[in-house]
Amino acid sequence: MSEVVFCDQVEFKYSENYALSGFDLRVERGEVIALLGPNGAGKTTSVRVMNGLLPVENGSVKVFDMNAADQGEKIRQRTGVLTETPALYERLTALQNLNFFGTMAGLPAGGIEQRSRHMLDVFGLADRADDRVDTYSKGMKQRLAIARAMLHDPELLFLDEPTSDLDPEAARQVGDTILDITGRNNRTVILCTHRLFEAEQLCDRVAVMRKGRVMAFGTLDELRKAVLPAISVIFRIASPFAADQIQWLKDQRGITEVQVRQDTELVLNMPDEAPIPSVVEHFVGLGAAILAVEPRRASLEDIYMHLQHTDRKEKKWI
Amino acid sequence: MDLRKIFAIARKDWIEVRQNKYAWIPMLIVPLIFVVIMPLVFTLVIPALQVDPQDVISSDQDIEFFIERMPEELARHINFDEPMQSMIVIMLGYMLAPMFLILPMMYSTIIAAESFAGERERKTIEALLYTPASDADLLLGKVAASAIPSLMATWLSFLLYTLILNIAPFAYFQRIWFPLPTWWPLIFWVAPAMIVLGIAFTVIISARVQNFLGTYQSSASLVMLVVVLFAGQITGALYLSVLVEMVIGLVIWIAAGILSLYAVKTFSRKALLAGTNS
Repeated sequence: MSEVVFCDQVEFKYSENYALSGFDLRVERGEVIALLGPNGAGKTTSVRVMNGLLPVENGSVKVFDMNAADQGEKIRQRTGVLTETPALYERLTALQNLNFFGTMAGLPAGGIEQRSRHMLDVFGLADRADDRVDTYSKGMKQRLAIARAMLHDPELLFLDEPTSDLDPEAARQVGDTILDITGRNNRTVILCTHRLFEAEQLCDRVAVMRKGRVMAFGTLDELRKAVLPAISVIFRIASPFAADQIQWLKDQRGITEVQVRQDTELVLNMPDEAPIPSVVEHFVGLGAAILAVEPRRASLEDIYMHLQHTDRKEKKWI
Repeated sequence: MDLRKIFAIARKDWIEVRQNKYAWIPMLIVPLIFVVIMPLVFTLVIPALQVDPQDVISSDQDIEFFIERMPEELARHINFDEPMQSMIVIMLGYMLAPMFLILPMMYSTIIAAESFAGERERKTIEALLYTPASDADLLLGKVAASAIPSLMATWLSFLLYTLILNIAPFAYFQRIWFPLPTWWPLIFWVAPAMIVLGIAFTVIISARVQNFLGTYQSSASLVMLVVVLFAGQITGALYLSVLVEMVIGLVIWIAAGILSLYAVKTFSRKALLAGTNS
Protein backbone atom coordinates (compact mmCIF):
# COMPACT_ATOMS: atom_id res chain seq x y z
CA MET A 1 0.00 0.00 0.00
CA SER A 2 1.22 3.52 -0.70
CA GLU A 3 0.76 6.60 1.44
CA VAL A 4 -2.02 8.91 0.25
CA VAL A 5 -1.96 11.42 3.10
CA PHE A 6 1.08 12.55 5.06
CA CYS A 7 0.67 15.24 7.71
CA ASP A 8 3.58 15.97 9.99
CA GLN A 9 3.49 18.35 12.96
CA VAL A 10 0.96 20.61 11.26
CA GLU A 11 0.03 23.90 12.89
CA PHE A 12 -2.73 26.22 11.76
CA LYS A 13 -4.52 29.05 13.51
CA TYR A 14 -7.60 31.15 12.80
CA SER A 15 -6.62 34.63 14.00
CA GLU A 16 -5.16 33.92 17.46
CA ASN A 17 -6.45 30.43 18.20
CA TYR A 18 -4.67 27.31 17.05
CA ALA A 19 -7.11 24.96 15.31
CA LEU A 20 -4.36 22.44 14.57
CA SER A 21 -1.32 22.00 16.76
CA GLY A 22 1.13 19.14 16.24
CA PHE A 23 -1.32 17.38 13.93
CA ASP A 24 0.07 14.11 12.53
CA LEU A 25 -1.69 11.68 10.20
CA ARG A 26 -0.64 8.98 7.75
CA VAL A 27 -3.26 7.33 5.55
CA GLU A 28 -2.60 4.43 3.18
CA ARG A 29 -4.37 3.92 -0.14
CA GLY A 30 -7.65 2.06 0.20
CA GLU A 31 -8.02 2.68 3.93
CA VAL A 32 -11.16 3.97 5.57
CA ILE A 33 -10.10 6.27 8.39
CA ALA A 34 -12.16 8.02 11.04
CA LEU A 35 -11.16 11.38 12.47
CA LEU A 36 -13.00 11.18 15.75
CA GLY A 37 -13.35 14.11 18.09
CA PRO A 38 -15.68 16.64 19.67
CA ASN A 39 -16.68 19.91 17.99
CA GLY A 40 -13.67 22.19 17.80
CA ALA A 41 -11.16 19.33 17.82
CA GLY A 42 -9.87 20.43 14.39
CA LYS A 43 -11.48 17.80 12.14
CA THR A 44 -12.93 20.23 9.59
CA THR A 45 -9.81 22.37 9.62
CA SER A 46 -7.65 19.33 8.93
CA VAL A 47 -9.79 18.50 5.87
CA ARG A 48 -9.39 22.08 4.64
CA VAL A 49 -5.65 21.94 5.16
CA MET A 50 -5.32 18.58 3.38
CA ASN A 51 -7.19 20.03 0.39
CA GLY A 52 -4.96 23.09 0.21
CA LEU A 53 -7.70 25.53 1.21
CA LEU A 54 -5.77 26.84 4.17
CA PRO A 55 -2.03 27.48 4.33
CA VAL A 56 -0.38 25.93 7.38
CA GLU A 57 1.80 27.91 9.75
CA ASN A 58 4.25 25.07 10.35
CA GLY A 59 4.64 21.43 9.44
CA SER A 60 4.19 19.49 6.26
CA VAL A 61 1.01 18.37 4.46
CA LYS A 62 1.33 16.07 1.46
CA VAL A 63 -1.53 14.42 -0.36
CA PHE A 64 -0.76 12.04 -3.26
CA ASP A 65 2.83 13.11 -2.61
CA MET A 66 1.94 16.69 -3.55
CA ASN A 67 2.43 19.66 -1.28
CA ALA A 68 -0.99 20.92 -0.22
CA ALA A 69 0.31 24.46 0.26
CA ASP A 70 1.06 25.04 -3.42
CA GLN A 71 -0.59 22.18 -5.32
CA GLY A 72 -4.11 22.45 -3.93
CA GLU A 73 -5.73 22.59 -7.35
CA LYS A 74 -4.09 19.32 -8.46
CA ILE A 75 -4.96 17.67 -5.16
CA ARG A 76 -8.58 18.76 -5.37
CA GLN A 77 -8.86 17.20 -8.83
CA ARG A 78 -8.36 13.84 -7.11
CA THR A 79 -10.34 14.42 -3.91
CA GLY A 80 -14.04 14.75 -3.20
CA VAL A 81 -15.40 16.43 -0.10
CA LEU A 82 -18.76 16.12 1.59
CA THR A 83 -18.88 19.32 3.62
CA GLU A 84 -20.39 19.52 7.09
CA THR A 85 -23.51 21.21 5.71
CA PRO A 86 -24.70 19.92 2.31
CA ALA A 87 -23.72 23.30 0.76
CA LEU A 88 -25.99 22.80 -2.23
CA TYR A 89 -27.45 25.59 -4.34
CA GLU A 90 -31.00 25.29 -3.12
CA ARG A 91 -32.51 27.52 -5.78
CA LEU A 92 -31.08 25.25 -8.47
CA THR A 93 -32.34 21.80 -9.38
CA ALA A 94 -30.39 18.69 -8.41
CA LEU A 95 -29.30 18.22 -12.02
CA GLN A 96 -28.18 21.86 -12.32
CA ASN A 97 -26.16 21.43 -9.12
CA LEU A 98 -24.35 18.34 -10.38
CA ASN A 99 -23.83 19.79 -13.86
CA PHE A 100 -22.25 22.88 -12.30
CA PHE A 101 -19.93 20.91 -10.02
CA GLY A 102 -19.09 18.56 -12.90
CA THR A 103 -17.88 21.55 -14.90
CA MET A 104 -15.92 22.86 -11.93
CA ALA A 105 -14.31 19.44 -11.47
CA GLY A 106 -13.15 19.57 -15.08
CA LEU A 107 -15.24 16.70 -16.43
CA PRO A 108 -15.48 16.67 -20.25
CA ALA A 109 -18.32 18.96 -21.35
CA GLY A 110 -20.02 16.28 -23.47
CA GLY A 111 -20.30 13.78 -20.65
CA ILE A 112 -21.31 15.90 -17.68
CA GLU A 113 -25.08 15.59 -17.95
CA GLN A 114 -24.87 11.85 -18.50
CA ARG A 115 -22.58 11.45 -15.50
CA SER A 116 -24.84 13.67 -13.36
CA ARG A 117 -27.92 11.66 -14.28
CA HIS A 118 -26.05 8.43 -13.54
CA MET A 119 -25.08 9.67 -10.08
CA LEU A 120 -28.65 10.79 -9.37
CA ASP A 121 -29.78 7.33 -10.37
CA VAL A 122 -27.16 5.64 -8.14
CA PHE A 123 -28.28 7.74 -5.16
CA GLY A 124 -31.98 7.19 -5.78
CA LEU A 125 -32.75 10.75 -6.83
CA ALA A 126 -33.30 10.29 -10.57
CA ASP A 127 -37.04 10.96 -10.40
CA ARG A 128 -36.42 14.28 -8.61
CA ALA A 129 -33.56 15.40 -10.89
CA ASP A 130 -35.37 18.47 -12.14
CA ASP A 131 -36.79 19.59 -8.78
CA ARG A 132 -35.26 22.49 -6.92
CA VAL A 133 -33.10 21.34 -4.04
CA ASP A 134 -35.05 23.43 -1.52
CA THR A 135 -37.92 20.96 -1.99
CA TYR A 136 -35.72 18.04 -0.84
CA SER A 137 -35.73 16.43 2.62
CA LYS A 138 -32.55 16.59 4.72
CA GLY A 139 -31.68 12.98 3.90
CA MET A 140 -32.13 13.59 0.17
CA LYS A 141 -29.95 16.68 0.33
CA GLN A 142 -27.24 14.72 2.08
CA ARG A 143 -27.38 11.97 -0.53
CA LEU A 144 -27.18 14.60 -3.27
CA ALA A 145 -24.20 16.17 -1.53
CA ILE A 146 -22.47 12.77 -1.43
CA ALA A 147 -23.28 12.32 -5.13
CA ARG A 148 -21.66 15.69 -5.76
CA ALA A 149 -18.55 14.72 -3.81
CA MET A 150 -18.24 11.52 -5.86
CA LEU A 151 -19.21 12.99 -9.22
CA HIS A 152 -15.66 13.02 -10.59
CA ASP A 153 -14.85 9.60 -9.09
CA PRO A 154 -12.25 10.88 -6.60
CA GLU A 155 -9.50 8.59 -5.30
CA LEU A 156 -9.71 10.17 -1.85
CA LEU A 157 -13.06 11.02 -0.32
CA PHE A 158 -13.56 13.21 2.74
CA LEU A 159 -16.89 12.87 4.54
CA ASP A 160 -17.32 15.60 7.17
CA GLU A 161 -20.02 14.73 9.72
CA PRO A 162 -22.16 12.91 7.13
CA THR A 163 -25.00 12.03 9.48
CA SER A 164 -25.04 14.95 11.88
CA ASP A 165 -28.29 16.88 11.92
CA LEU A 166 -30.19 13.97 10.37
CA ASP A 167 -33.10 12.12 11.92
CA PRO A 168 -32.44 8.43 12.67
CA GLU A 169 -34.06 7.16 9.47
CA ALA A 170 -32.19 9.60 7.24
CA ALA A 171 -28.98 8.90 9.16
CA ARG A 172 -29.50 5.20 8.53
CA GLN A 173 -30.02 5.81 4.79
CA VAL A 174 -26.88 7.91 4.58
CA GLY A 175 -24.95 5.40 6.70
CA ASP A 176 -25.95 2.61 4.31
CA THR A 177 -24.83 4.76 1.40
CA ILE A 178 -21.44 5.33 3.03
CA LEU A 179 -21.07 1.61 3.73
CA ASP A 180 -21.72 0.99 0.06
CA ILE A 181 -19.17 3.63 -0.99
CA THR A 182 -16.43 2.47 1.32
CA GLY A 183 -16.78 -1.11 0.15
CA ARG A 184 -16.12 -0.20 -3.48
CA ASN A 185 -13.14 0.43 -5.74
CA ASN A 186 -10.44 0.42 -3.11
CA ARG A 187 -11.27 4.08 -2.47
CA THR A 188 -9.54 5.89 0.38
CA VAL A 189 -12.02 7.54 2.73
CA ILE A 190 -11.48 9.94 5.61
CA LEU A 191 -14.58 10.22 7.74
CA CYS A 192 -14.86 13.08 10.25
CA THR A 193 -17.34 12.30 12.94
CA HIS A 194 -18.16 12.55 16.58
CA ARG A 195 -20.39 9.52 16.36
CA LEU A 196 -18.52 6.57 17.78
CA PHE A 197 -20.67 3.89 16.22
CA GLU A 198 -20.03 5.31 12.76
CA ALA A 199 -16.30 5.16 13.27
CA GLU A 200 -16.49 1.65 14.69
CA GLN A 201 -18.83 0.39 11.99
CA LEU A 202 -17.23 1.93 8.93
CA CYS A 203 -13.54 2.43 9.51
CA ASP A 204 -10.35 0.38 9.40
CA ARG A 205 -8.46 2.77 11.68
CA VAL A 206 -9.51 5.54 14.01
CA ALA A 207 -7.67 8.77 14.84
CA VAL A 208 -8.95 10.27 18.07
CA MET A 209 -8.51 14.04 17.98
CA ARG A 210 -8.42 16.56 20.76
CA LYS A 211 -7.53 20.24 20.65
CA GLY A 212 -6.08 20.16 17.16
CA ARG A 213 -3.96 17.03 17.43
CA VAL A 214 -4.31 13.31 16.98
CA MET A 215 -4.10 11.73 20.43
CA ALA A 216 -4.24 8.13 19.28
CA PHE A 217 -4.38 6.40 15.90
CA GLY A 218 -4.84 2.78 15.00
CA THR A 219 -7.24 -0.12 14.69
CA LEU A 220 -9.54 -0.69 17.63
CA ASP A 221 -7.26 -3.48 18.89
CA GLU A 222 -4.20 -1.26 18.56
CA LEU A 223 -5.96 1.54 20.42
CA ARG A 224 -7.00 -0.85 23.18
CA LYS A 225 -3.47 -2.15 23.58
CA ALA A 226 -2.06 1.36 23.61
CA VAL A 227 -4.65 3.22 25.64
CA LEU A 228 -6.82 0.86 27.71
CA PRO A 229 -5.32 -2.62 27.56
CA ALA A 230 -7.11 -3.88 30.69
CA ILE A 231 -10.13 -6.12 30.44
CA SER A 232 -13.08 -6.46 32.78
CA VAL A 233 -14.54 -9.89 33.48
CA ILE A 234 -18.07 -10.29 34.73
CA PHE A 235 -18.03 -13.31 37.04
CA ARG A 236 -21.37 -14.71 38.19
CA ILE A 237 -22.14 -17.78 40.30
CA ALA A 238 -25.38 -19.29 41.56
CA SER A 239 -24.93 -18.66 45.32
CA PRO A 240 -23.60 -15.50 47.03
CA PHE A 241 -19.84 -15.00 47.17
CA ALA A 242 -18.28 -15.57 50.61
CA ALA A 243 -15.93 -12.96 52.06
CA ASP A 244 -12.95 -15.31 51.92
CA GLN A 245 -13.69 -16.09 48.26
CA ILE A 246 -13.58 -12.37 47.44
CA GLN A 247 -10.38 -11.96 49.41
CA TRP A 248 -8.84 -14.91 47.49
CA LEU A 249 -9.64 -13.15 44.24
CA LYS A 250 -8.11 -9.89 45.48
CA ASP A 251 -4.93 -11.76 46.41
CA GLN A 252 -4.45 -13.25 42.96
CA ARG A 253 -1.60 -11.86 40.86
CA GLY A 254 -2.93 -10.43 37.62
CA ILE A 255 -6.23 -9.24 39.13
CA THR A 256 -5.96 -5.52 39.73
CA GLU A 257 -9.41 -4.84 41.15
CA VAL A 258 -12.49 -6.69 42.37
CA GLN A 259 -15.82 -4.88 42.29
CA VAL A 260 -18.90 -6.34 43.96
CA ARG A 261 -21.96 -5.69 41.84
CA GLN A 262 -24.39 -8.03 43.52
CA ASP A 263 -24.13 -10.91 46.02
CA THR A 264 -23.65 -13.29 43.15
CA GLU A 265 -21.85 -11.06 40.63
CA LEU A 266 -18.35 -9.54 40.60
CA VAL A 267 -16.38 -7.50 38.09
CA LEU A 268 -12.72 -8.47 37.93
CA ASN A 269 -10.30 -6.03 36.31
CA MET A 270 -7.09 -7.48 34.88
CA PRO A 271 -4.46 -6.44 32.32
CA ASP A 272 -5.09 -9.56 30.19
CA GLU A 273 -6.99 -12.87 30.18
CA ALA A 274 -4.21 -14.88 31.89
CA PRO A 275 -5.82 -15.18 35.37
CA ILE A 276 -9.20 -16.43 34.07
CA PRO A 277 -8.45 -20.20 33.82
CA SER A 278 -7.04 -20.38 37.37
CA VAL A 279 -10.05 -18.47 38.77
CA VAL A 280 -12.48 -20.80 37.04
CA GLU A 281 -10.52 -23.85 38.17
CA HIS A 282 -10.48 -22.58 41.78
CA PHE A 283 -14.24 -21.97 41.96
CA VAL A 284 -15.05 -25.28 40.24
CA GLY A 285 -12.86 -26.93 42.89
CA LEU A 286 -14.95 -25.20 45.57
CA GLY A 287 -18.08 -26.67 44.02
CA ALA A 288 -19.49 -23.31 42.93
CA ALA A 289 -22.01 -23.30 40.09
CA ILE A 290 -20.49 -20.83 37.62
CA LEU A 291 -23.20 -19.07 35.61
CA ALA A 292 -21.08 -16.59 33.61
CA VAL A 293 -17.48 -15.61 32.88
CA GLU A 294 -17.75 -12.72 30.41
CA PRO A 295 -14.55 -10.88 29.49
CA ARG A 296 -15.27 -7.37 28.30
CA ARG A 297 -12.63 -5.38 26.48
CA ALA A 298 -12.55 -1.59 26.36
CA SER A 299 -14.95 -0.24 23.75
CA LEU A 300 -14.13 2.62 21.42
CA GLU A 301 -16.34 4.75 23.64
CA ASP A 302 -14.21 3.85 26.70
CA ILE A 303 -11.04 4.70 24.80
CA TYR A 304 -12.49 7.92 23.40
CA MET A 305 -13.72 9.12 26.77
CA HIS A 306 -10.40 8.23 28.37
CA LEU A 307 -8.49 10.22 25.73
CA GLN A 308 -10.80 13.21 25.93
CA HIS A 309 -10.60 13.45 29.70
CA THR A 310 -7.08 12.38 30.48
CA ASP A 311 -4.82 15.01 32.00
CA ARG A 312 -1.76 13.68 30.23
CA LYS A 313 -2.00 16.30 27.52
CA GLU A 314 1.41 15.68 26.04
CA LYS A 315 1.15 11.94 25.75
CA LYS A 316 0.21 10.43 22.41
CA TRP A 317 -0.85 6.84 21.91
CA ILE A 318 0.35 6.04 18.43
CA MET B 1 -7.31 30.58 -16.17
CA ASP B 2 -10.17 28.30 -17.23
CA LEU B 3 -12.88 30.11 -19.20
CA ARG B 4 -15.25 27.16 -18.92
CA LYS B 5 -15.18 27.31 -15.14
CA ILE B 6 -15.40 31.11 -15.11
CA PHE B 7 -18.56 31.09 -17.23
CA ALA B 8 -20.03 28.17 -15.25
CA ILE B 9 -19.73 30.26 -12.06
CA ALA B 10 -21.18 33.31 -13.80
CA ARG B 11 -24.11 31.32 -15.21
CA LYS B 12 -24.83 29.64 -11.88
CA ASP B 13 -24.70 32.94 -9.98
CA TRP B 14 -27.01 34.57 -12.47
CA ILE B 15 -29.58 31.79 -12.05
CA GLU B 16 -29.38 32.34 -8.29
CA VAL B 17 -29.79 36.13 -8.58
CA ARG B 18 -32.90 35.65 -10.70
CA GLN B 19 -34.39 33.56 -7.92
CA ASN B 20 -33.65 36.11 -5.18
CA LYS B 21 -36.49 38.62 -5.04
CA TYR B 22 -34.50 40.89 -2.72
CA ALA B 23 -32.01 41.22 -5.55
CA TRP B 24 -34.18 41.63 -8.60
CA ILE B 25 -37.09 43.69 -7.22
CA PRO B 26 -34.91 46.82 -6.73
CA MET B 27 -33.37 46.05 -10.12
CA LEU B 28 -36.83 46.39 -11.65
CA ILE B 29 -38.29 49.22 -9.58
CA VAL B 30 -35.44 51.75 -9.75
CA PRO B 31 -35.05 51.59 -13.55
CA LEU B 32 -38.82 51.69 -13.86
CA ILE B 33 -38.80 55.05 -12.06
CA PHE B 34 -35.82 56.58 -13.89
CA VAL B 35 -36.25 55.05 -17.32
CA VAL B 36 -40.02 54.85 -17.73
CA ILE B 37 -42.02 56.87 -15.20
CA MET B 38 -39.99 60.08 -15.07
CA PRO B 39 -39.68 60.40 -18.87
CA LEU B 40 -43.41 59.75 -19.25
CA VAL B 41 -44.20 62.36 -16.60
CA PHE B 42 -42.21 65.03 -18.45
CA THR B 43 -43.23 64.03 -21.97
CA LEU B 44 -46.85 62.98 -21.55
CA VAL B 45 -48.30 63.84 -18.13
CA ILE B 46 -47.14 67.46 -17.88
CA PRO B 47 -48.39 68.33 -21.39
CA ALA B 48 -51.64 66.46 -20.74
CA LEU B 49 -52.19 68.49 -17.58
CA GLN B 50 -51.49 71.64 -19.62
CA VAL B 51 -48.79 72.74 -17.20
CA ASP B 52 -46.69 75.54 -18.66
CA PRO B 53 -43.18 74.10 -19.26
CA GLN B 54 -41.74 77.46 -18.29
CA ASP B 55 -43.35 77.03 -14.88
CA VAL B 56 -41.56 73.68 -14.48
CA ILE B 57 -38.20 75.24 -15.29
CA SER B 58 -38.87 78.28 -13.12
CA SER B 59 -40.07 76.17 -10.23
CA ASP B 60 -36.53 75.84 -8.92
CA GLN B 61 -33.87 78.53 -8.71
CA ASP B 62 -31.17 75.93 -9.21
CA ILE B 63 -32.61 74.94 -12.59
CA GLU B 64 -32.72 78.56 -13.67
CA PHE B 65 -29.15 79.00 -12.52
CA PHE B 66 -28.19 75.81 -14.37
CA ILE B 67 -29.65 77.19 -17.60
CA GLU B 68 -28.14 80.63 -17.21
CA ARG B 69 -24.57 79.33 -16.80
CA MET B 70 -24.90 76.44 -19.26
CA PRO B 71 -21.90 76.19 -21.62
CA GLU B 72 -22.52 76.64 -25.33
CA GLU B 73 -21.61 72.98 -25.96
CA LEU B 74 -24.75 71.95 -24.10
CA ALA B 75 -26.97 74.93 -24.84
CA ARG B 76 -26.79 74.46 -28.59
CA HIS B 77 -28.97 71.36 -28.34
CA ILE B 78 -31.80 73.32 -26.75
CA ASN B 79 -34.32 75.23 -28.85
CA PHE B 80 -35.31 77.92 -26.39
CA ASP B 81 -38.08 79.06 -28.76
CA GLU B 82 -39.92 75.81 -28.06
CA PRO B 83 -40.68 75.73 -24.30
CA MET B 84 -41.86 72.12 -24.25
CA GLN B 85 -38.79 70.89 -26.14
CA SER B 86 -36.56 72.98 -23.90
CA MET B 87 -38.05 71.57 -20.75
CA ILE B 88 -37.72 67.99 -21.97
CA VAL B 89 -34.11 68.39 -23.11
CA ILE B 90 -33.09 70.20 -19.92
CA MET B 91 -34.83 67.84 -17.52
CA LEU B 92 -34.40 64.49 -19.26
CA GLY B 93 -31.38 65.18 -21.45
CA TYR B 94 -29.19 66.96 -18.92
CA MET B 95 -30.53 67.09 -15.36
CA LEU B 96 -31.31 63.38 -15.13
CA ALA B 97 -28.06 62.26 -16.79
CA PRO B 98 -25.99 61.81 -13.60
CA MET B 99 -28.92 60.10 -11.89
CA PHE B 100 -28.86 57.52 -14.67
CA LEU B 101 -25.51 56.38 -13.27
CA ILE B 102 -27.37 55.04 -10.24
CA LEU B 103 -28.43 52.14 -12.43
CA PRO B 104 -25.02 50.57 -13.22
CA MET B 105 -23.94 51.23 -9.65
CA MET B 106 -27.03 49.55 -8.26
CA TYR B 107 -26.99 46.60 -10.68
CA SER B 108 -23.34 45.82 -9.99
CA THR B 109 -23.49 46.14 -6.21
CA ILE B 110 -26.67 44.06 -5.90
CA ILE B 111 -25.41 41.23 -8.09
CA ALA B 112 -21.93 41.26 -6.58
CA ALA B 113 -23.36 41.28 -3.04
CA GLU B 114 -25.56 38.30 -3.93
CA SER B 115 -22.67 36.53 -5.63
CA PHE B 116 -20.01 37.02 -2.94
CA ALA B 117 -21.77 37.59 0.39
CA GLY B 118 -24.95 35.70 -0.55
CA GLU B 119 -22.95 32.54 -1.20
CA ARG B 120 -21.27 32.80 2.20
CA GLU B 121 -24.57 33.55 3.89
CA ARG B 122 -26.14 30.41 2.45
CA LYS B 123 -23.00 28.42 3.35
CA THR B 124 -22.56 27.15 -0.18
CA ILE B 125 -19.15 28.75 -0.55
CA GLU B 126 -17.25 25.86 1.02
CA ALA B 127 -18.32 23.31 -1.60
CA LEU B 128 -17.24 25.76 -4.29
CA LEU B 129 -13.85 26.25 -2.63
CA TYR B 130 -13.26 22.49 -2.61
CA THR B 131 -13.46 22.37 -6.42
CA PRO B 132 -10.18 22.36 -8.37
CA ALA B 133 -10.85 25.91 -9.62
CA SER B 134 -8.05 28.40 -8.95
CA ASP B 135 -8.60 31.54 -6.84
CA ALA B 136 -8.38 33.56 -10.07
CA ASP B 137 -11.11 31.43 -11.71
CA LEU B 138 -13.37 31.93 -8.69
CA LEU B 139 -12.83 35.67 -8.59
CA LEU B 140 -13.18 36.17 -12.34
CA GLY B 141 -16.26 33.94 -12.44
CA LYS B 142 -17.94 36.01 -9.80
CA VAL B 143 -16.84 39.31 -11.34
CA ALA B 144 -18.21 38.12 -14.70
CA ALA B 145 -21.45 37.12 -12.96
CA SER B 146 -21.82 40.72 -11.79
CA ALA B 147 -20.24 42.71 -14.61
CA ILE B 148 -21.87 41.16 -17.68
CA PRO B 149 -25.52 41.38 -16.52
CA SER B 150 -24.89 44.84 -15.04
CA LEU B 151 -23.51 46.12 -18.31
CA MET B 152 -26.28 44.49 -20.32
CA ALA B 153 -28.95 45.85 -17.98
CA THR B 154 -27.43 49.36 -18.12
CA TRP B 155 -27.32 49.35 -21.90
CA LEU B 156 -30.84 47.90 -22.14
CA SER B 157 -32.08 50.60 -19.78
CA PHE B 158 -30.36 53.20 -21.95
CA LEU B 159 -31.95 51.72 -25.08
CA LEU B 160 -35.39 51.84 -23.45
CA TYR B 161 -34.78 55.41 -22.25
CA THR B 162 -33.73 56.37 -25.78
CA LEU B 163 -36.85 54.82 -27.28
CA ILE B 164 -39.18 56.53 -24.79
CA LEU B 165 -37.50 59.91 -25.13
CA ASN B 166 -37.83 59.80 -28.90
CA ILE B 167 -41.26 58.24 -29.20
CA ALA B 168 -43.28 59.86 -26.38
CA PRO B 169 -42.53 63.52 -27.23
CA PHE B 170 -42.29 62.98 -30.99
CA ALA B 171 -45.12 65.44 -31.54
CA TYR B 172 -42.94 68.25 -30.16
CA PHE B 173 -39.63 67.34 -31.77
CA GLN B 174 -40.64 65.71 -35.06
CA ARG B 175 -37.16 64.12 -35.14
CA ILE B 176 -34.84 61.73 -33.33
CA TRP B 177 -33.19 64.04 -30.78
CA PHE B 178 -31.82 61.63 -28.19
CA PRO B 179 -29.13 60.52 -27.28
CA LEU B 180 -27.38 63.84 -26.90
CA PRO B 181 -23.59 63.71 -27.48
CA THR B 182 -22.91 63.87 -23.72
CA TRP B 183 -24.67 60.53 -23.18
CA TRP B 184 -22.23 58.44 -25.22
CA PRO B 185 -19.25 58.77 -22.85
CA LEU B 186 -21.66 58.55 -19.93
CA ILE B 187 -22.99 55.16 -21.03
CA PHE B 188 -19.91 53.62 -22.63
CA TRP B 189 -17.10 55.10 -20.52
CA VAL B 190 -18.38 56.26 -17.12
CA ALA B 191 -21.04 53.56 -16.55
CA PRO B 192 -18.64 50.60 -17.11
CA ALA B 193 -16.16 52.29 -14.75
CA MET B 194 -18.96 52.60 -12.17
CA ILE B 195 -19.72 48.90 -12.59
CA VAL B 196 -16.11 47.84 -12.01
CA LEU B 197 -15.85 50.22 -9.06
CA GLY B 198 -19.09 48.86 -7.57
CA ILE B 199 -17.95 45.25 -7.93
CA ALA B 200 -14.46 45.85 -6.50
CA PHE B 201 -15.93 47.78 -3.58
CA THR B 202 -18.47 45.02 -2.93
CA VAL B 203 -15.81 42.28 -3.06
CA ILE B 204 -13.81 44.12 -0.40
CA ILE B 205 -16.90 44.78 1.74
CA SER B 206 -18.12 41.18 1.42
CA ALA B 207 -14.91 39.95 3.06
CA ARG B 208 -16.00 41.79 6.20
CA VAL B 209 -19.79 41.55 6.11
CA GLN B 210 -21.29 38.09 6.23
CA ASN B 211 -24.68 38.58 4.56
CA PHE B 212 -26.18 39.83 1.32
CA LEU B 213 -28.25 42.69 2.72
CA GLY B 214 -25.43 44.03 4.92
CA THR B 215 -22.99 43.93 2.02
CA TYR B 216 -25.45 45.54 -0.38
CA GLN B 217 -26.30 48.30 2.09
CA SER B 218 -22.62 49.06 2.68
CA SER B 219 -21.84 49.06 -1.03
CA ALA B 220 -24.84 51.27 -1.71
CA SER B 221 -22.94 54.10 -0.02
CA LEU B 222 -21.18 54.45 -3.39
CA VAL B 223 -24.36 56.12 -4.61
CA MET B 224 -23.00 59.23 -2.91
CA LEU B 225 -20.72 59.59 -5.94
CA VAL B 226 -23.76 59.97 -8.15
CA VAL B 227 -25.37 62.39 -5.71
CA VAL B 228 -22.21 64.52 -5.80
CA LEU B 229 -22.31 64.59 -9.61
CA PHE B 230 -26.00 65.47 -9.56
CA ALA B 231 -25.52 68.19 -6.97
CA GLY B 232 -22.55 69.55 -8.90
CA GLN B 233 -24.56 69.82 -12.05
CA ILE B 234 -27.73 71.23 -10.53
CA THR B 235 -25.78 73.93 -8.72
CA GLY B 236 -23.95 74.85 -11.90
CA ALA B 237 -20.63 73.90 -10.38
CA LEU B 238 -20.05 70.97 -12.71
CA TYR B 239 -21.52 70.62 -16.19
CA LEU B 240 -21.31 67.10 -17.57
CA SER B 241 -19.84 67.96 -20.95
CA VAL B 242 -18.09 65.29 -23.01
CA LEU B 243 -14.67 66.39 -21.75
CA VAL B 244 -15.78 66.52 -18.11
CA GLU B 245 -17.32 63.07 -18.43
CA MET B 246 -14.13 61.66 -19.96
CA VAL B 247 -12.13 63.05 -17.04
CA ILE B 248 -14.63 61.83 -14.43
CA GLY B 249 -14.65 58.43 -16.13
CA LEU B 250 -10.85 58.30 -16.03
CA VAL B 251 -10.81 59.13 -12.33
CA ILE B 252 -13.39 56.43 -11.62
CA TRP B 253 -11.47 53.89 -13.74
CA ILE B 254 -8.29 54.66 -11.77
CA ALA B 255 -10.15 54.31 -8.45
CA ALA B 256 -11.77 51.10 -9.72
CA GLY B 257 -8.37 49.78 -10.79
CA ILE B 258 -6.80 50.46 -7.41
CA LEU B 259 -9.74 48.89 -5.56
CA SER B 260 -9.69 45.89 -7.93
CA LEU B 261 -6.00 45.30 -7.28
CA TYR B 262 -6.67 45.42 -3.56
CA ALA B 263 -9.63 43.07 -3.97
CA VAL B 264 -7.52 40.59 -5.96
CA LYS B 265 -4.76 40.77 -3.37
CA THR B 266 -7.09 40.07 -0.48
CA PHE B 267 -9.22 37.45 -2.27
CA SER B 268 -8.24 34.03 -0.99
CA ARG B 269 -9.84 30.82 0.09
CA LYS B 270 -8.69 31.50 3.66
CA ALA B 271 -10.42 34.89 3.69
CA LEU B 272 -13.61 33.39 2.26
CA LEU B 273 -13.61 30.67 4.90
CA ALA B 274 -13.13 33.13 7.75
CA GLY B 275 -16.12 32.90 10.02
CA THR B 276 -17.26 29.57 8.60
CA ASN B 277 -14.84 27.44 10.63
CA SER B 278 -16.49 24.91 12.86
